[in-house]
Amino acid sequence: MTNATAPLGRNLPVRRRLGDLFHIVFLIATFTGVVLLAVLLADVTQNGIPWLHGSFFTNFPSRFPEQAGIRAALWGTIWLIGLTALFSIPVGVGAAIYLEEYAGRSWLNTLIEINIANLAGTPSIVYGILGLAMFVRWMALGRSVLAGALTMTLLILPVTIIASREALRAVPNSIRLAAFALGATKWQTVRAHVLPAALPGIMTGIILALSRAIGETAPLIMIGALTFVAFTPAGPMDEFTALPIQIFNWASRPQREFYGLAAAGILVLLGVLLTMNAAAIWIRHRSQRSMRW
Amino acid sequence: MVRNGAPVASETILSCRNLTVRYGSVAAVQDISLNIPEHQITAIIGPSGCGKSTLLRAFNRMNDFIQNVSTEGQALYRGEDLYASDIDPVEVRRRIGMVFQKPNPFPKSVFRNVAWAASINGFRGNLNELVETSLRKAALWDEVKDKLDQSGLALSGGQQQRLCIARAIALEPDLILMDEPCSALDPASTARIEDLLFELKERYTIVIVTHNMQQAARVSDWTAFLSQGRLVEFGATQAIFTRPSKRETEDYVTGKFG
Repeated sequence: MTNATAPLGRNLPVRRRLGDLFHIVFLIATFTGVVLLAVLLADVTQNGIPWLHGSFFTNFPSRFPEQAGIRAALWGTIWLIGLTALFSIPVGVGAAIYLEEYAGRSWLNTLIEINIANLAGTPSIVYGILGLAMFVRWMALGRSVLAGALTMTLLILPVTIIASREALRAVPNSIRLAAFALGATKWQTVRAHVLPAALPGIMTGIILALSRAIGETAPLIMIGALTFVAFTPAGPMDEFTALPIQIFNWASRPQREFYGLAAAGILVLLGVLLTMNAAAIWIRHRSQRSMRW
Repeated sequence: MVRNGAPVASETILSCRNLTVRYGSVAAVQDISLNIPEHQITAIIGPSGCGKSTLLRAFNRMNDFIQNVSTEGQALYRGEDLYASDIDPVEVRRRIGMVFQKPNPFPKSVFRNVAWAASINGFRGNLNELVETSLRKAALWDEVKDKLDQSGLALSGGQQQRLCIARAIALEPDLILMDEPCSALDPASTARIEDLLFELKERYTIVIVTHNMQQAARVSDWTAFLSQGRLVEFGATQAIFTRPSKRETEDYVTGKFG
């Protein structure tokens, strides 16, 4: 008579080994990205640190590497992102509120939703062409920081809308019903309860979208942001340059010293990005503590 | 005080006439007519899915927030049809309050939870006073008077539900609709809410949906028994539970089905 359990136990060692094998494969997959990034960062840091001195932040670009600085690009980026935030926050959040809180299910709204999802995946150069045709030429804004910010607004609007909608959707419906049952209008409900509850999520989404805009180069080159600027923008109609463009410009020069400057520029850009992402994480963390349902 | 003796006849504050509510083509409430008397507690009982919550929500236009709902017939509040075209549902909900199955305080302070509805509805009086009286009426004041600034979500489940009741009565509604207000609570919290209902009925009319028959028998003056969207029987609670006129009612209240 055969032992009933014997046929079951036989392949166990093989299964164990297979399990261990995949454990290792997944571990390697995880570390590939992290290690590559670490190597890249180490390289950039090593090249860039010597150039990161005080005058690097206060000098304008120069033909002489020792005198070249990032002031124009840094201010250009601050202007660009500031204006982009100014335009994209009200429009993006407004659109998300409409789609999530007001719009019913109709074919038009479904069409809008599909379009927004598709626009989020559109290559940024396409937005650059649109910005060139619409803002630079048709609205005659020229190569101004305003034209750049409007182009960036278009670029990040789909992402802003999608992130804001997700944040609004995460607010439990019972909160809306509670407000409606107290004789609140839709706007009172949204204004007093839904929006504050969704705000941390919305802010996180907006900051991440803006971080994407900071790193974008293609649309700015398309609309003709300058590569050599010896002034900081004084108003939205001024011409400008931005960090990624400055980095690109330095990296494409033949002299070795400019590589160091490009690396230093990358460190500044990464610094700005990490600060913004840290702010997003902090906002999310803080809201998780104060709001639980 | 005699709890659930034969209820004194009083004026009808809310009624429905041939009310039918459909989700798409499925009728959840079919052709129901009944009168709800003022300053008394009316319980709506019946097995799950019989349409009791749908009927309750029809009384303050909360079904408006559900997709594909259509309502036929009339729901009359002091003789006025709540579904007439010139009626603003926002005004309906201001006058007919609601307490939900799961406590749903706003993620705001206890004070703001109670004061908010009054302030958006144009309340001009003393908010501190209003908050205190409302919390007192909801039998919650003594427990929260030192933590008015704390989040409403920090309270226990039973306290949260009483906060929701305080929030509803801060608007001085005529009627309070309660949709299984105790089903998410433990027995001690349930008992507190039931006691509270007796105090509240002096000032307000209460319609309570419950699938706890003992609760209906304990707290209500009138009981409506629904089954499969239809009103099977409506009468004094004592009569419904001791000598129902319909066989289906008897089977349900004695626990043979449901």
